[in-house]
Amino acid sequence: MNIVECTDVKKTYQQGKIVVTALGGVSLSIQKGGFVALAGPSGSGKTTLLNIIGGLDSADSGRVTVNGSTLDTMNQSELASLRLHNIGFIFQAYNLIPVLSALENVEFVMLLQGVPLAERRERAKNILDDVGLEDTYDRRPAELSGGQQQRVAVARAIVSDPAIVLADEPTANLDSKTGEGLLEMMKQMNEKKKVTFIFSTHDKMVMDYARRLVLIKDGLVAGDEIRDGG
Amino acid sequence: MHLQLAWRNIWRNPKRTAVIMTAIIIGVWSMIFLGALMRGISEGMVRNGISTLTGHIQVHHRGYRNDPVIENSMTDPEVVETALRETLPDGAQWTSRVRVNAVASNARHTAGVTFVGIDPAHEAGISFIGKAVTEGRYLRDDDKNGIVVGRALVDKFETGLGRKIIMMSQDTDREVASRAFRIVGIFKAEMQATEKQFVFVTKEAAQHMLKLKNGISEMSVILPDQKEVRHAADNVSAALPSADYEVQTWRELLPLITAILNIYDGFMYIWFVVVFIAMGFGIVNTTLMAVFERIREFGLFKSLGMKPMWIIREVLAESFFILLIGTTIGNILSFLSVFALSGNGIDLSALASGLEYAGMSRIIYPAIYSHDVIIANLVVFILGLLVSVYPAVKAARFTPVEALTHA
Repeated sequence: MNIVECTDVKKTYQQGKIVVTALGGVSLSIQKGGFVALAGPSGSGKTTLLNIIGGLDSADSGRVTVNGSTLDTMNQSELASLRLHNIGFIFQAYNLIPVLSALENVEFVMLLQGVPLAERRERAKNILDDVGLEDTYDRRPAELSGGQQQRVAVARAIVSDPAIVLADEPTANLDSKTGEGLLEMMKQMNEKKKVTFIFSTHDKMVMDYARRLVLIKDGLVAGDEIRDGG
Repeated sequence: MHLQLAWRNIWRNPKRTAVIMTAIIIGVWSMIFLGALMRGISEGMVRNGISTLTGHIQVHHRGYRNDPVIENSMTDPEVVETALRETLPDGAQWTSRVRVNAVASNARHTAGVTFVGIDPAHEAGISFIGKAVTEGRYLRDDDKNGIVVGRALVDKFETGLGRKIIMMSQDTDREVASRAFRIVGIFKAEMQATEKQFVFVTKEAAQHMLKLKNGISEMSVILPDQKEVRHAADNVSAALPSADYEVQTWRELLPLITAILNIYDGFMYIWFVVVFIAMGFGIVNTTLMAVFERIREFGLFKSLGMKPMWIIREVLAESFFILLIGTTIGNILSFLSVFALSGNGIDLSALASGLEYAGMSRIIYPAIYSHDVIIANLVVFILGLLVSVYPAVKAARFTPVEALTHA
């Protein structure tokens, strides 16, 4: 079953007087439970594609369906609701809420979903334990290392059991050892919880971990390699 | 956690929060404290006006107010007394007076004055004169020749206790009536003009001099509750023949003070609005700065699934906390300021002549009115939240991508 379907997705940006084509007509289907890397050089359009799949940005034309919902017919509020209940995000710059502790950051999405306090606290603690942060519940992002912050971001992305996790260059700000640990953790989550992971990356290590590698070049799919289990 | 988040966010930049909070504190303080000063001034003016032979209600012969001559006296005070007795609430006090314009003179000086014949025992509970005699003594019922005059008139006439003063006025026969009185008491009043204007004798002495028999010029009433004035005046008026009598409240008797009170009311609310406009710009500016500093964070909120309305609520919650703390401290400071001045008031004796012209007391005691406090707080709170809507909507309108990629 396809959890993501993109059909002839096009997107252009205006940079001053120049029109830049970010996506020139991408068609792509991703199956549920996939561990997929969208790889390509900077400016190839992979982050734009990820943003469009996540409903953070809109396509100029084409059709995007995520977990059965067609994004181009949805308004901002419906898109917010889709993201809240179906999509987890992991960003290159971690993007944790600085005034909340690690535990509260993980709880935040469940708070928006209306999960009762006791339940969300227990689930947040369990997921932080799973990512190896059992001693950092009360620490704020500024008191955590980059790797720890990205683990909290992963915990936040998966704590509410989303159908899909979108990770934009999640290892870019981490050293290779920390990055590998994080990828291993996400792979385990993918296998254990059957969460679909889609990465945008130009990190070879991420590409090696992916069970499917989609190459994006000049706003088009330039290659699609399905590996064992992808 | 939404409120927790808002609370922690306002302390991310403590200096900025402190600056806007200080503006709110000063604004609220100035609204309530200056409002209390203005209320104190107007209360003093009303108090002076009422105690200076006005009372809450007066009954006159019809025509007396337009032409206060002896011919417009009430010849049968018992009719009025009966009406008052039957209609006024328990605790109401009243007294009758003879009041005519007269000329006072001694060997060296002459001055126009208001010659007032009073019932000493009843008058003491109604007007200022009962407690105003500072030298000599107050009038007694059997004082046939005694007169009480103001300190300023005594100084002007270069006279003193035990000395004589001649009063001259027109009697009911339209003849000039004159009589010598001996000064038995000297009074001091809130305003020097009062000391120069009024001289007091017993009602019987005045009636005798003016050949008034039982006639009186006015009946002055003090009520236990000032709020009942209009209702009581209407009742008294209904109980008297309208062709012969007119009943007026202090607001009608003191039109200048009534006009000033209305101006003060309007001025105070204009002041509230002016203070708020200054404060409102500060609130908008601070909230906008806080929003623009956290554009990426709002992008994150949106990408996590926060709906635009929730973001507006989040920003408004931050303004709510700042307004709550600011107004609370502002209220406390203003109450403390009023409390500190409640004992001795603000002494403006140095400006006494100017104040007298406006009918103001020399000492102002600030008076807090609950509805002024409520209005000041509501103005700051509701308008404060309203002006915060603009930055809040701004925060909610960023698209996630433009917010997340904001440098």
